[in-house]
Amino acid sequence: MSEFLQFLFSGLTVGAVYALVALGFTIIYNASGVVNFAQGEFVMLGGMITVFAHAAGLPLPLAALAAIAATAAVGVALNKLAIEPARGAPVVSLIIITIGASIFIRGAAQLIFDKQIHSFPAFSGDDPIHVLGATILTQSLWAIGGAFAVFVGLWLFFTRTILGRAVLATSNNRLAAQLVGINTDFVMTLSFALSAAIGAFAGVLITPITMTSYDVGLGLALKGFAGAMLGGMGNPKGAFAGGLLLGLFEAMTAGYLSSQYKEAAAFVVILAVLFFMPQGLFGSKSTDRV
Amino acid sequence: MIKTLTTTVPAALIALGLAAAAHADIKIGASISATGPAAFLGDPEAKTLEMLVKELNAKGGINGEKVELVLYDDGGDANKARTFATRLIEDDEVNAIIGGTTTGASMSILAVAEDAEIPFISLAGAIDIIQPVKPYTFKTPHTDRMACQKIFEDMKKQGIAKVGLISGTDGFGASMHAQCKDVVGEYGIEIVADETYDPKDADMTAQLTKIKNAAGIQAVLNPGFGQGPSIVTRNYKQLAIDLPLYQSHGVASDGFIELAGKDAAEGVRLPGTALLVADLLADGDAQKSVVAAYKAAYEAKYKMPVSTFGGYAHDGFALMVEAITKAGSSEPEAIRDALEGITGLAGTTGVYAMSAEDHLGLDLSAFRMLEIKDGGWTIVE
Repeated sequence: MSEFLQFLFSGLTVGAVYALVALGFTIIYNASGVVNFAQGEFVMLGGMITVFAHAAGLPLPLAALAAIAATAAVGVALNKLAIEPARGAPVVSLIIITIGASIFIRGAAQLIFDKQIHSFPAFSGDDPIHVLGATILTQSLWAIGGAFAVFVGLWLFFTRTILGRAVLATSNNRLAAQLVGINTDFVMTLSFALSAAIGAFAGVLITPITMTSYDVGLGLALKGFAGAMLGGMGNPKGAFAGGLLLGLFEAMTAGYLSSQYKEAAAFVVILAVLFFMPQGLFGSKSTDRV
Repeated sequence: MIKTLTTTVPAALIALGLAAAAHADIKIGASISATGPAAFLGDPEAKTLEMLVKELNAKGGINGEKVELVLYDDGGDANKARTFATRLIEDDEVNAIIGGTTTGASMSILAVAEDAEIPFISLAGAIDIIQPVKPYTFKTPHTDRMACQKIFEDMKKQGIAKVGLISGTDGFGASMHAQCKDVVGEYGIEIVADETYDPKDADMTAQLTKIKNAAGIQAVLNPGFGQGPSIVTRNYKQLAIDLPLYQSHGVASDGFIELAGKDAAEGVRLPGTALLVADLLADGDAQKSVVAAYKAAYEAKYKMPVSTFGGYAHDGFALMVEAITKAGSSEPEAIRDALEGITGLAGTTGVYAMSAEDHLGLDLSAFRMLEIKDGGWTIVE
């Protein structure tokens, strides 16, 4: 029993990391249909800026806020400087632009910060919580709680607010959205700012667990992307559940089968799910009218 | 007028040429991964070489000749390393090459250097670089096989006979894992659990729980580098596993203690170089003065702690300087012969004794078995 619980806690810890990254993909995807491959870099920036601001003397909460604000600004810059000028380009081109942006941000971070691995203290200390013979770190609870909060926030945003609906409308049909009076440029800018802020928030929460360096973004983005695909791209519920499930698959495979196969097993499950449910677990069927 | 021009110009040119020849510098080429995925290895290496060349020239160079460093950044890409090696030899006409931060880069450089018969000192770990012995290729870092031997030797002394392995799946972890499995039998030690993790994983408690429950397990060894070993060490503490934990030389740095946390790292043992424990070396230690001088100079100049990897570059350069000084010539052939004849040269990694059969020249004594106590290092005798 304690063994199972430990695997479960391990899976939840890893899953919360994936879910936080996966949630970041949602807004930009919903606004433009673009999978933002620079999302992992936002997570990296959140962690790195916090580390350096904290080292420069800012208290941790303030450093984290500064990191989230600065990363949101980077998101806005990405939209203004790279995505907006390419307006009208097919989605695939925009996705390729985000890949370029991710390489650029990684290179810049390497120069501006450094090439070392960094971390900052966990929010509530390093003493694990014991439950029936298994242990979980308090920071994992922060990450799971943070992921849940972002999920609820996004869900409310998209279903309960005019602005959230405007984002969805822009993604559905940009021209029609403009015709009903939605400022689509503003919606795009906002979606990049929010996505970047969520990414940075994720970075702040997970850095005490995973540590950070200029190159952590790519690996995180790939796992987060896999989680988002599993749950259904663009759906906050899907991103949250998909990320957690992916983490749980990995931990259970590592625990009961062998850690050599954990990545493979997780991806086999994803392939199987996508084969039977191409939209992911919670994705809605999209229909294109001709 | 025309006549004077035609005679004086070539004369001047010849004079210039002669002057240039007389001041011909000794050119040492370097292709290092100062950026890219291996940057945290390559960056201190490049900085070390630049610093040492400046220091050497300020002292008058080698046998009165200045040394010129031609440094390229291959970004950890083996193909680029090959291109740069070719450029170093054909365009820059260097006398010798130091570099090859990663094993891949070293393998491409050595192919070019061997063809052109230019001596090459590699800064990468794999044993394949010098085994079988290639006439022009040498290297300074000890091999991961030696790290395994050092660790198992210490385990044997402690009476440990059953160990669990948790290895990173990155190149370093996978290579050391294979080497450890290969030599473990010689020490009468049995591997009772063998788990892996991805270098970017956030949590290894699942693997560690499995290892903890393996029958008869007495110690755990974690071959890997980067953040993985720090997370393993934290998770080890989280699960309150009451067995000795051994880390590899891949994380032998103060950064590891900081990342893993002082409490979690307490009692962890690993094989490290003298550089890490410069202040703790006995006064009679052959390496003490070299290590202290390098550490002081590097830290004063770059305001960051020295790393084992920068130490590899330091030793490569020291070997090269010693060889050129002894040979009294900067001809590649002479440098090669002199390199092979070096014995008793104390570097930061160990005391080198090269021979025709051994182009590394280090034995297990180059490693010190270290234990972390109260957030600092202690030498285990």
